[in-house]
Amino acid sequence: MLLAIPIIVMLVSALTSSSDLYLHLWQSVLPNYIINTVLLGAYVVVLTLFFGVISAGLIVHTNIIGKKILRWLLVLPLAMPAYIVAYLYTDLFDYAGFVQIALRDTFHWQSPQDYWFFDIRSLFGAACVISLVLFPYVYLLTRTAFEQQNQNLLRAGRLLGLSPTQNFIKVILPLARPALGISASLVLMETLADFATVQYFAVNTLTTAIYDTWLGYGDLSSANALASVLMLFIFIVVFFEQKARSSQSQQKSMSNNQQQLIILSTRQQFLACTFCWFLAIAGFLLPFSLLINMVFEYSTSEQFFKLLASALNSIELALYAATITVLIALTLALFQRFSYDINKTWPLQISSFGYAIPGTVLAMAMLATFGPVDHSVNDIAIYLQLTEPGLIFSGTIFVLVFAFVVRFAAIANGAISSGLKQIPSSIDLAPASLGVGLKTSLTKIHLPLLKSSILGAWLLVFVEAMKELPAVLLLRPFNFETLSTQVYQLISDEMLEQGALGAILIVLFGLFPIIWLNSSNEKIAKTQHREQDFAAH
Amino acid sequence: MLKKTKETPLYFLLLLLLILSFSALLSFNSFASNAVNVYSYRQPFLVEPLFEKFTQKTGIKVNIVFAKKGMAERLAREGKYSPADVLLTTDISRLIELQDKQLLQPFDSSVIKKFVPSQYRAQNNQWFALTTRVRNIYSSKRLGDIELNYLDLADEKYRGRICSRSGKHPYNVALVSAMISEYGESKTLTWLEKFKANLARKPQGNDRSQVQAIHQNLCDLSLGNSYYFGKMLKDKKQKKWADGVNINFPNQANRGSHVNISGMALAKYAPNKKNAHALMEFLVSKPAQQLYAETNMEYPVRTDVKPSALVASWGDFKADTLSLETIAKNRKIALKLLDKAQFDL
Repeated sequence: MLLAIPIIVMLVSALTSSSDLYLHLWQSVLPNYIINTVLLGAYVVVLTLFFGVISAGLIVHTNIIGKKILRWLLVLPLAMPAYIVAYLYTDLFDYAGFVQIALRDTFHWQSPQDYWFFDIRSLFGAACVISLVLFPYVYLLTRTAFEQQNQNLLRAGRLLGLSPTQNFIKVILPLARPALGISASLVLMETLADFATVQYFAVNTLTTAIYDTWLGYGDLSSANALASVLMLFIFIVVFFEQKARSSQSQQKSMSNNQQQLIILSTRQQFLACTFCWFLAIAGFLLPFSLLINMVFEYSTSEQFFKLLASALNSIELALYAATITVLIALTLALFQRFSYDINKTWPLQISSFGYAIPGTVLAMAMLATFGPVDHSVNDIAIYLQLTEPGLIFSGTIFVLVFAFVVRFAAIANGAISSGLKQIPSSIDLAPASLGVGLKTSLTKIHLPLLKSSILGAWLLVFVEAMKELPAVLLLRPFNFETLSTQVYQLISDEMLEQGALGAILIVLFGLFPIIWLNSSNEKIAKTQHREQDFAAH
Repeated sequence: MLKKTKETPLYFLLLLLLILSFSALLSFNSFASNAVNVYSYRQPFLVEPLFEKFTQKTGIKVNIVFAKKGMAERLAREGKYSPADVLLTTDISRLIELQDKQLLQPFDSSVIKKFVPSQYRAQNNQWFALTTRVRNIYSSKRLGDIELNYLDLADEKYRGRICSRSGKHPYNVALVSAMISEYGESKTLTWLEKFKANLARKPQGNDRSQVQAIHQNLCDLSLGNSYYFGKMLKDKKQKKWADGVNINFPNQANRGSHVNISGMALAKYAPNKKNAHALMEFLVSKPAQQLYAETNMEYPVRTDVKPSALVASWGDFKADTLSLETIAKNRKIALKLLDKAQFDL
């Protein structure tokens, strides 16, 4: 419930906003912004689903070549901060970028009138690049769902004469619906809360209006009102998605038998490989190698040592944020599972909406929340004639970690509750029938079964926290730099070349957990198989 | 199975230990008593060399937080317990915003009064400028040597030949505010609409990328701050962009070129007021002003400190004498006009 406080503070502040500014915005730019926002959200959701579901399907259900490498390569774009990829791609495909210059040199074109080239700084360009970075959410959750699906249902589908494609559409996809819904709403929230990325593409969205209202017109409460509208929009989408899903039975038994792979023809194999490698290259390998290239050209060892301290700060924050967020999400999800309260879904839902608030707006809400707390603490201290402790909440990394927890609760909630749904409810009842208490059954059965989900949630939050920028920028204490703030300082002056080393470090620190996550998942899968083999004998 | 359950708590225990050790480290990292705390809109890598010199000279440690957005709100929320002593900004509107929100206190310094021209400090002594920068027009060398006014940006002969960054960037907003003071709202709106119609592409990027676009023959004119020209000339990759343009000081035949400032102010509840004064006076001292001029290619606010040789080579110019307070006052109207002209769309 604590997590909802900043959101409530924001909503209350929104109520006090004035109206003549809206009229002005509405008459000038707001309709355009709203159309852009809706289109951007729709494009990104469709594209990430397209990228994520197809690649997950190919990896799990077919004999695609290079499966082992692609399996984890497709997760890696997650480690790339969207604002860095946006910078790299706008730089590359711009009129003054490398690609167009090469084309002009080859074909002796002189001016933009001589040829047509897609405009990277457009709504669709932004949607493509954001999708390339965000599709791993869909891929990851869908892949897990596919792998845990009951293979007997697929066999049944085949026996009933469904082709592999029909089987995919009619059986596999509907069964993976919770994973699709959760990952798509995560993607939507992340997209709509984003400001830095769309700014590179010169695309104005509702977030632009929020920042204009607050920083330009100096009207924070109207900005909060706009942010609330944004949240309402997301709420409606998520609500309807869940409503539509709730009619389905959600629990499935764990996979308990070997998968039957679809054997691809040469042509299909080629297409499948092209598709997956395109995603891996465009989402990760290309931007990563561009960064490496910049590091070799511009970086010095002196820079590296300077960045180490910031790296420690980044890791510290991410450790705190990931651990606390996961513990809270675990508690909430288990509460939802075992409580008989009718309103039991609310805490999990409400705590998830922080992800949709733009980082800076969230930061303002955090200040509004903890500023008064700090003031009363100091007032009391002075009253008791003690030395005043200073801003112990809003002036330390406490407020930062809190902001991270509010922002990333959605990720952990999504990952853990979708993991929990894979555990059949019969398992809840079995220990009870054996006279074992809830506590023992949780520690002995649910937590071990949830291990991979917990680890997954922890790592996702860790990676996101490493990348997070606006909240850190505004809330950090004195002399507290993280990797992302260091990189941002240089990027904001369009000197990514100098910041490339920092960017690489962000990516690397994100990469290790992701690779670790993947390998530990595989280990778990293997031990499960071994246990099954053992049981079969 | 039993073995696995034992692993999980161990995991968390390890993690908790790690976290505890980190927070222990952090608590030792408390403030030195002899320090001054800076909230900065200016990027640290620009001001850090100055602060290093200051610490060398006085032994006062400088703590700094940098952010581009929201510093004023943070300061307001922290109220009387705020640790901030001084604020550094990159343009006049942020200073006035701080002043209007009553987050500043007047300072009494004969040094600042003596060396900062009265045009570049507040009459109520709540803020002062450290450097000035001109909003120049960069023109392609293809156009030859020409004289330009800001009004020329709306001239039809440049249809499709002008590039610009977002109209809502503070540097552009300040220019529009200055235009409003001179020509009034409706004429400025018409100017903006025609300017918009002349753009070769949707406003994007920063001041340097417009010069890059001129180099690529995408357009012929762009607005840009003076110091970027110097910075580009010193960058191995960007030098060729800058070589393709002339730097123009607009409005030389009439009011003079629009000038903005980077400035400084004293926070209302500054806990280290004495150190804050020392830092303020240090930054207007000759060595500090010279460092500003040399490293950041800005015009020092002190008239007795010369700009860097490169900057001086662009020649003398006439600066608009319009008061900075008037410019800041018109900011909201300027934003509204930019929205109305749909400049960024």
